Amino acid sequence: MVLPKATAINLFNPFTEEHEMFRKSVRAFVEKEIRPHVDEWEEAEIAPLHELFKKMGELGFLGLNYPEKYGGAEADIWFTVVFAEELARAGAAGIPMATLVHTDMATPALARHGSEELKERYLMPAIRGEMVSAIAVTEPDAGSDVARIKTRAERDGDDYIINGSKLYITNGTQADWLCLLARTSPGDDYQGMSLIIVPTDTPGFTISKKLKKLGNHSSDTAFLTFEDVRVPVSNRIGEEGFGFYYQMEQFQVERLVGALGGVAGAELVVRDTIAYCQERHAFNKPLIASQWIQFKLAELLTEIEATRQLNYLCAAKIEAGEDNMEVTRIASMCKLKAGRLMREVADTCLQFYGGMGYMEETPISRYFRDARLTSIGGGADEVMLGIIAKLENMNPR
Amino acid sequence: MSIIVFTRSTPDTAAKVEVDGSGNVTWGDAATVVNPWDEYALEEGIVQAKNGGGKASVIAIGGEMHNDALKHSLAMGLDQAIRVEDDALDASDALAYATAASAAVKKVDDAKLVIFGKESIDVGTDQHAYMTARKLGWTMLSYVSQIIEVDYEAGTIKVEKMYEQGKQVVTSQLPAVITVMKEINEPRYPSFIGIRKASKAQIPVWSLADLGISAPTAKTQTLAFNNLPAREVKTEMIEGEPEEQARILVDKLLEEKVL
Repeated sequence: MVLPKATAINLFNPFTEEHEMFRKSVRAFVEKEIRPHVDEWEEAEIAPLHELFKKMGELGFLGLNYPEKYGGAEADIWFTVVFAEELARAGAAGIPMATLVHTDMATPALARHGSEELKERYLMPAIRGEMVSAIAVTEPDAGSDVARIKTRAERDGDDYIINGSKLYITNGTQADWLCLLARTSPGDDYQGMSLIIVPTDTPGFTISKKLKKLGNHSSDTAFLTFEDVRVPVSNRIGEEGFGFYYQMEQFQVERLVGALGGVAGAELVVRDTIAYCQERHAFNKPLIASQWIQFKLAELLTEIEATRQLNYLCAAKIEAGEDNMEVTRIASMCKLKAGRLMREVADTCLQFYGGMGYMEETPISRYFRDARLTSIGGGADEVMLGIIAKLENMNPR
Repeated sequence: MSIIVFTRSTPDTAAKVEVDGSGNVTWGDAATVVNPWDEYALEEGIVQAKNGGGKASVIAIGGEMHNDALKHSLAMGLDQAIRVEDDALDASDALAYATAASAAVKKVDDAKLVIFGKESIDVGTDQHAYMTARKLGWTMLSYVSQIIEVDYEAGTIKVEKMYEQGKQVVTSQLPAVITVMKEINEPRYPSFIGIRKASKAQIPVWSLADLGISAPTAKTQTLAFNNLPAREVKTEMIEGEPEEQARILVDKLLEEKVL
């Protein structure tokens, strides 16, 4: 648990000149290529991910963690931290979510455990931004309780025949391939599941419905159906029956990037709220003159800073190659804390904006809707608490 | 064949620039950025060097803060960066800048085209390019919105220049100094690979002795910086029916000579 001294010192400021240059580049990209279009994409309830990812791929944004031989940057974790933090400036959480699903949720298991052939066909085009990916785990009867999934992939010679459905799939209406968790042997426990790459042009695959959501409107979400979808066994990632474990590994970075972006976005909202409260007058004085408002905002900034440092601790542990259970413990804390903090920031800041904040044209109203997801997606708060309790040995004696 | 772009680091456009109690210009701890107008010059430098099969160099004149702009330029894809720094340039003006800039251009092999952004957002004198061209004795083409054709063998350049009244197409002689407008291109973002290369680059620093010139004499002298006087804003609410409000408003605008 104790960090080596060098890492502890670096935590104070883990970013080098190279990271800061990268931050400027991502910030400029978000400012010019995303923000001007976000309102239109929110209205359309979808963003043109093929177009957007192609631009990001050309700049090397989509393979930060992955080996150079697959077109990645082989960069340290702090570049991913910078990327997640800067995407939070998009003006809508749907765009960071769609992007981070592609870079850090649908592709890590493929990069780590996939065959060379699979990486060439699916990882490399994803890193170049020529293919859009999605992670397909949740089902109508299995969300946080991943072990209950029912989608089956049955062996038929050198193929799997897939039947079942997946729900709430981000990027689901425009993905070129899915990283699908399916049951490859009978049963209802953690054993017997595999991760399989499913190209979405395979016969039998259907986008049954584009789903309407409370928030994150600029990101498309789908209900997907599989009817006798035939894919080669060689599309399986790693060993048969190891899908659950690969997915659990994959979840850790997903949770961390969610928390990183969440904290960065929350800080922007609080700082905007401070500026608004300095301008807005009520009862002959600016709102910020109220000590109640000052103290609430000061408290939120304190929580934000503390959570950011927790996130950085998690990133440092990943970079140091600490064991998976320890990373899981801290990543779960990061997501739990970030999700709750985002809800508090959304509610408190909206209150200070008053009626204006309730108007659709004010950014806080979008944030209020978008912020709610972090406590649900990628494992609900209650699942995070369960993981933390288990890893802290809170079992009954 | 070489193309040279001049750049500088400036305060971020979002930074609050003011004069502090000691009379110095400050922008707090806000980051510096590459002068936004220079991004178009840098992009054009990369494109023209590629088209002409040459090399694109970027030069900044001044202290270490300009390394940020130079590294940004390298990350965009320019081939080499040089910084000119000398104590004798500390109190330089546009003419002294041009003296150093022209000497630096002469030191770069086979320079055929020098590109400046339209102006810099900090000092904004809009003179550096013209004076550099004069010092070099080269053609000066300002407000270029498109480079139509460059023929290095024939030694000619054909450009479209943009004015408030319209556009003008000019064919002129190389070597030339040009200033470019934002309409000329869409500057690229530094890529990850570019950033990695740039961060490892060692930027050579040339002194006036390296350029083979003595200290240029500034013709202007900065006496003091002052903040702009605060604007007094008065708000007056006009009461009454809409027609009445409009009539009072027009009267007041006429009275204040706004209309």
